[in-house]
Amino acid sequence: MSALPGRTLSRPTTSQPPSGPRTAGPPAAWSPTTWSPRTRRRLAADAALLVVAAAFVLPLAWLLLASLDGEATLRVSVPGSPTLDNFQSVWTDEITFTPMLNSLLLCGGATVLTVACAALAAYPLSRFRSRLVRPYLMTILFSTCLPITAIMVPVYGLFVQVDLVDTMYGTALFLAASQLPFAVWLMKNFMDGVPVILEEAAWTDGASWPQTLTRVILPLMGPGMTVVMIYSFIMMWGNFFVPFMLLLSPDQLPASVTIFTFFGNYGQVAYGQLAAFSILYSTPVILLYVLIARRMGGGFALGGAVKG
Amino acid sequence: MATATKVAAAPAAPARPGRRRPLRWLPLAPATALLLLFLGGPIGYCVYIAFTDMQLTGAATTNFVGLDNFRRAFADDDFRNAVVLTLVFTFLSSLIGQNTLGLALATAMRRASKPIRTLTGSIVIAAWVVPEIVAGFLLYAFFRREGTLNAVLDWLHLPSQNWLYTLPILAVSFANVWRGTAFSMLVYSAALSEIPKEINEAAEVDGASGPRRFWHVTLPMIRRSIGTNLMLNTLQTLSVFGLIWAMTRGGPGNRSQTLPVFMYDQAFNKSLIGYGTAVALLLLLVGAVFSVVYLRLMREEL
Repeated sequence: MSALPGRTLSRPTTSQPPSGPRTAGPPAAWSPTTWSPRTRRRLAADAALLVVAAAFVLPLAWLLLASLDGEATLRVSVPGSPTLDNFQSVWTDEITFTPMLNSLLLCGGATVLTVACAALAAYPLSRFRSRLVRPYLMTILFSTCLPITAIMVPVYGLFVQVDLVDTMYGTALFLAASQLPFAVWLMKNFMDGVPVILEEAAWTDGASWPQTLTRVILPLMGPGMTVVMIYSFIMMWGNFFVPFMLLLSPDQLPASVTIFTFFGNYGQVAYGQLAAFSILYSTPVILLYVLIARRMGGGFALGGAVKG
Repeated sequence: MATATKVAAAPAAPARPGRRRPLRWLPLAPATALLLLFLGGPIGYCVYIAFTDMQLTGAATTNFVGLDNFRRAFADDDFRNAVVLTLVFTFLSSLIGQNTLGLALATAMRRASKPIRTLTGSIVIAAWVVPEIVAGFLLYAFFRREGTLNAVLDWLHLPSQNWLYTLPILAVSFANVWRGTAFSMLVYSAALSEIPKEINEAAEVDGASGPRRFWHVTLPMIRRSIGTNLMLNTLQTLSVFGLIWAMTRGGPGNRSQTLPVFMYDQAFNKSLIGYGTAVALLLLLVGAVFSVVYLRLMREEL
């Protein structure tokens, strides 16, 4: 991406209309044409962004076009006669509904568990003072970073030993645990943002801590909870390795794993159907992401939250 | 950064009489139990099996073999190949690709016009939100001999390649850049928006040119975000499995077999659970080292 010279960088204010006495443009271009180099730089930035966007959009374009193409190949091409045949042929119990339902049960169950545990754990971590809080949080933060992929082989071994392998609830429990450290961390930070004064008022009125938590704090951190919930769900929905390792029987597999059957069982790979199924499988998480991006104001908030 | 600082300034518990009971820590129990059972347990078990010769078939014959698995790994050409490929993959896709491209996008976006900024942002984020396995298939289709990349190259009259065969590690690295850049972009956008305008303006009045301002003002001001982002990218890249599995399955031969794929291959295709786990433990240790560095960076911020 050498198309972005350093020169186009580091002027955070250009995109806004010029206002007041702010200096504009480098000293060399001082005189009357003040906004002209600025425009030039904006055009350069626009062009660079468009180049990157074009490169990024090609694989996505293939997905959309191939799904509408009766004779899709691996190459991006506009279908001669757009058709919904691909969607029609994957729109069956066996190919779409069962795997999607499995995904929903697996990820939905695990998300509920994660959010419930995280909300409970965040309360004492956020509200009570103890020497152990900091080490606990440090351990949590440490485990958010551990590569979960690396422990999947021992998890498989352990699950075989305790007979949890090939069970939905076992897999859901593991998914919940793998997402929990980050959920606790986020939830604790969101809870810190809720003023203690409101809680004290509830206490003076004689509320117990469960009441305070459910009636005062959680409603106040609704947006934060939604973010934690949706983020966990998105991560689990897209997770391929965990169900791939821990679930064996075909009727229990979630969509992230059954997608491979387009290569295995049906002989000739039907790329159009693969694309159609991929779209069906991706749609829920894209919609959910749009939902939290809107809710958190512009989509950049999650990046800010993730950054710690 | 705003969220991080709150840890230090966590609201003090009001000194309510009668609140000194240990029971008030009870809400911590479910999360702690889940973490101990399903994360702590496997990690402990991982350390144990790594020193045995456990195999997938015939669990009765598991013996303690000391450091044999590790000795074997370091003498194993395939293992060293996997280490090198993992380093190449991490360096190309995380350090060079995601990080630099993310920073470049974030800075360019600050000066681009709004519709183009929104368009590019949406496309890059869409690549990130799409599930890993779908991304794997999309890029498989993109890099295949008869795929889109070669179509574009033909159109530009450039020589085409069978990318997944000649340069599989480069193809999966690009795939990871495609998928992971959005995260860096979001982190850097947030960091850049926190730099006060006055600082850049002051540098500009002092006559600093664009690149100099970027190097001497902007970069030092976002250095913590850079550190955090590098750590998180690297950790995420170290554990990429689905993307590579969908694109190449580690092949052709073992030319795109990074450590996670190697580990899976040894444990399940070759039935050597003990050996596979020893490799997993090494991967976990590398991850732990990076996590500790990351915690250090965070602690500075706290």
